[in-house]
Amino acid sequence: MIEQATKKLVLAHLWVAFAAFALACVLGEYQVLERSGFIEALNSAPVYFASVSTHGVLMAFVLTTFGIMGFGYYFAVTSLNQPLWQPKLAWLGFAVALTGVVLAAVPLLLGKASVLYTFYPPIIAHASFYLGATLLVVGSWLWCVIMVVMFAQWKKANPGQPIPLAMFATTANALLWLWTSAGVALEVLFQLLPLALGWIDTIDAGLARTLFAWTLHPIVYFWLLPVYTAFYVLVPKQAGGYLFSDEVARASVIVLVVFALPIGFHHLYMDPEQGQGWKLLHGIGTFVVALPTLVTGFTVIASLEIAGRLRGGQGLFGWILTLPWTNPMILAVILSLLMLIFGGFGGLVNASYAMNAMVHNTAWVSGHFHLIFGGTTIIMYLAMAYYLWPMLTGKPLFSNTMALCQLWAWFIGMVILTTPWHVLGLLGQPRRISTVVYNNFAHIGLETL
Amino acid sequence: MNVNLEHYQAKLKDFIAQLRALHIESLEQKWITLSLAAIGLLVAIITLDAFFHGINPPSKVETIDSARLHLSEEFAEDKLGVSVNEKGDVIVRMVAGRYSFFPKHIEVPAETKITFRWVSMDVLHGVHIPMTNMSTMIVPGYVAEITTTFPKPGDYPLLCNEYCGLGHNHMWSNIAVIAKEDWQAPTAKTSQGEAL
Repeated sequence: MIEQATKKLVLAHLWVAFAAFALACVLGEYQVLERSGFIEALNSAPVYFASVSTHGVLMAFVLTTFGIMGFGYYFAVTSLNQPLWQPKLAWLGFAVALTGVVLAAVPLLLGKASVLYTFYPPIIAHASFYLGATLLVVGSWLWCVIMVVMFAQWKKANPGQPIPLAMFATTANALLWLWTSAGVALEVLFQLLPLALGWIDTIDAGLARTLFAWTLHPIVYFWLLPVYTAFYVLVPKQAGGYLFSDEVARASVIVLVVFALPIGFHHLYMDPEQGQGWKLLHGIGTFVVALPTLVTGFTVIASLEIAGRLRGGQGLFGWILTLPWTNPMILAVILSLLMLIFGGFGGLVNASYAMNAMVHNTAWVSGHFHLIFGGTTIIMYLAMAYYLWPMLTGKPLFSNTMALCQLWAWFIGMVILTTPWHVLGLLGQPRRISTVVYNNFAHIGLETL
Repeated sequence: MNVNLEHYQAKLKDFIAQLRALHIESLEQKWITLSLAAIGLLVAIITLDAFFHGINPPSKVETIDSARLHLSEEFAEDKLGVSVNEKGDVIVRMVAGRYSFFPKHIEVPAETKITFRWVSMDVLHGVHIPMTNMSTMIVPGYVAEITTTFPKPGDYPLLCNEYCGLGHNHMWSNIAVIAKEDWQAPTAKTSQGEAL
């Protein structure tokens, strides 16, 4: 059950999310062209770093936050089968977050906030950038409140009943985000904004990095949980089967939320302001949080196998062929899992405490997160949009074939983009450079091996 | 008080009962066991390496006033570069600033334990010598210390790998690793490398 007014709300969120995505894609293309060195005239560090900062903020903060809020409202009203609680509050959250995006976008596009999406004090951006980022987060907190209240209302009305899985995972994500976003909120409110406004002269850069790391890792699971929700709730039905295990799915979500929180220091392995013991503890936590992902992978593949066999698939792998590959959701989940295997492998290398020294801040890391975020995560956002759009607008997709081509192109492109990044990173090429002004990296690698 | 305790005991029992009632397929159980074993193995490797082989990332929690480095005992201009302390350890003191590492060029011996001490005079930097584990973030306000050994002589680039401003691309220098027998320890108290 989804009322017309709620459809409008969900659509509004998705429009903002995908408008941000479209702009960020154009910037990404420019960056690739600039880095290629094919066109000398494009070489400009100020334009490049303004573009990278905008690309990162749009992809990691705007696309995700608006997408997750939109998907969340949809999952809430459809799985609970009850109308949205306080639609006015939801629209207020939307307006606050959108205002934040505009406030941040202006300095970003003017090159007054080229601090990358990870902020990097003591380099300081225009105050409007930090104010905008804060409003975006505050707007999303209203979404969290609505999710938690709707969860509680349903529990009260249905005592002893298990909450539908979609809402279980969505509420878990809201709680995860409330805690996760607190780190960056503290950094912005008590360090960056006062510094940008000239109220204070110095900040502790180590503390700023620690607060950002509080947010930086769990935020990845905030982005990922809607994808897992789609894996559990939408994919099995679309494939023509059923979910292998509802209970283990819930257990995975709980483990994910609990262990996603105390692992952010793995972004600080190479930092001087944290001791070895804490880094090692967060390293161990990082490995533990791989468990729910491994279990989710198993559950999704098992559910797909059930569907494939129900559709007449035979033999050890025959069920893969009988899956509905022409359904964008199914194609996306297959490609998503493929990228997760490689991205996950790279992630284990990054997580490995001292081994990370070889790849820290190199192009390997850009390769890793483009594979796991741009690939695994965003391809499912795209699939969810293809699934939801006809439902929300009442019009069929313009072309299913085009959607399939787009997903294949996205997958092939991500593979082509991320493979050389991994190789160059191992050879030592730093990330976050606009041109390579020193030796050829393949050369350095051969010389020193 | 007692009532409260009983209340929580009952809750805990209920929780454990619910956990026990969790329905896990045998195939699923095998997969979870396998996953836990793989995770356990990787955790064991990094933990044992950390405790018994001393393989840790640079984590010296040491602070310094980055605005007054030139007046400091340790990082004043004439103290920078390679030195050998009374125990015979090779120590390299380096300052990172937009957009270079100072001194600009240093020579260190191969197959020798070298302790690098890095500080920033302005913003966040990172330093990495490709194909080696000489990698650390340089956070203003902190001394980043890392000890490593270069097995092979050669000219190595020294790259800033953290965005530090619009000139970041150009922040790099190099380091010469010289065969142990050809390397001469610099005499104490003399200026190392080029002037700032």
